[in-house]
Amino acid sequence: MATTIPDAVRSPAREATHVVAAQPYLNPYLAGIGLGLVLLAAFLTMGRGLGASGAFSAAVAWALNAVAPGYVARNEFLAPYVGDVATHPLKTWLVFEVMGVFAGALLSGLLAGRVRRTIEKGPRVSNASRLALAVAGGALMAVGAHLARGCTSGQALTGGALLNAGSWAFMMCVFGGAYAVAWLFRGQWR
Amino acid sequence: MEMSAPLFKFGLFGEEASLVVAFAIGIGFGFFLERAGFGSARKLVAQFYLTDLAVFKVMFTAIVTAMLGVTYLAWAGVLDLSLVYLVPTYWGAQVVGGLLLGAGFVIGGYCPGTSLAAVATGRIDGLAYALGIVVGTVTFAGLFPWLGGLYLAGSAGTKTLPEVLNLPYGLVVFGVVLMALGGFKGAEWVEARFGGGGEKERP
Repeated sequence: MATTIPDAVRSPAREATHVVAAQPYLNPYLAGIGLGLVLLAAFLTMGRGLGASGAFSAAVAWALNAVAPGYVARNEFLAPYVGDVATHPLKTWLVFEVMGVFAGALLSGLLAGRVRRTIEKGPRVSNASRLALAVAGGALMAVGAHLARGCTSGQALTGGALLNAGSWAFMMCVFGGAYAVAWLFRGQWR
Repeated sequence: MEMSAPLFKFGLFGEEASLVVAFAIGIGFGFFLERAGFGSARKLVAQFYLTDLAVFKVMFTAIVTAMLGVTYLAWAGVLDLSLVYLVPTYWGAQVVGGLLLGAGFVIGGYCPGTSLAAVATGRIDGLAYALGIVVGTVTFAGLFPWLGGLYLAGSAGTKTLPEVLNLPYGLVVFGVVLMALGGFKGAEWVEARFGGGGEKERP
């Protein structure tokens, strides 16, 4: 009979359908300090920063090289990722770092009860539209990242901390480009 | 203290060990990306609808933290900053690349690093986004012979802000810290005005 749920019980965490209630995210300033110390560790150990888009380039070059080695050898963008035959194209710093990113995010997500099969989107967009836009956005961002020689990690974060001039110009343009199209794509998120 | 960092450049460990270091550093990177909520596209893009400015706060806190660490350790003679790799500046390519990347961020909901955190925590749209990166990379490689001009546009070599502005390094560091602190204050004000809960709710 008593079907009314007290407000205290009807929290978003309770409504989620997993066993462990999802914890709230970490304070952004604390997360930023953590991320900054990881970046500093990369500078101190390796003399280089973080990255992500370069690992995708290496993976794509490796896969294409398996099916069309002639094409990769002639392509000035892909060829350097394959390089000499002595070392495997995937046996590089960035690829191993990116595997760590996957493991670290999974660990954090599991500890906080935030691993969940879902599609992130606003309430007014279909799953199919959201996934199509995710593919399109990923493709556009890849073109931008390769042009700029780095993405949010390799350019904005890493170059930002090193006061790299091109990285700062890049970072301002990332925010500019995003705010410029935000209104146009608000239907996907709001 | 004797100059000894970057450790790899001073030969303190070799290529094979560097891959273990890469994996360990990646774990830290992925862990804090997810902790910040950056495995969620809604949390990330909220930055561009002014409801949750965590992207700005996390990014600039990280930049300031690492920048201060690098500056201090270089000043203390522990870190040889000239051995830390700087991506060369190509003004034209990086301006156009940045604009495209920013648009892709709002359209797709992630950037390459955060899409990995999204895939790791089960987001199907993160997987679609990563597939998009592969499509974009193949496309970029295919178009590369025609993109040469843009790819090399505005070549300026390795350039730092202090060099471009002709100001002392320490002064630019101080300026970035002030700018970040002002930005954080502004971000809190914007969130108080436009936030209204939204993405601030539980994941």
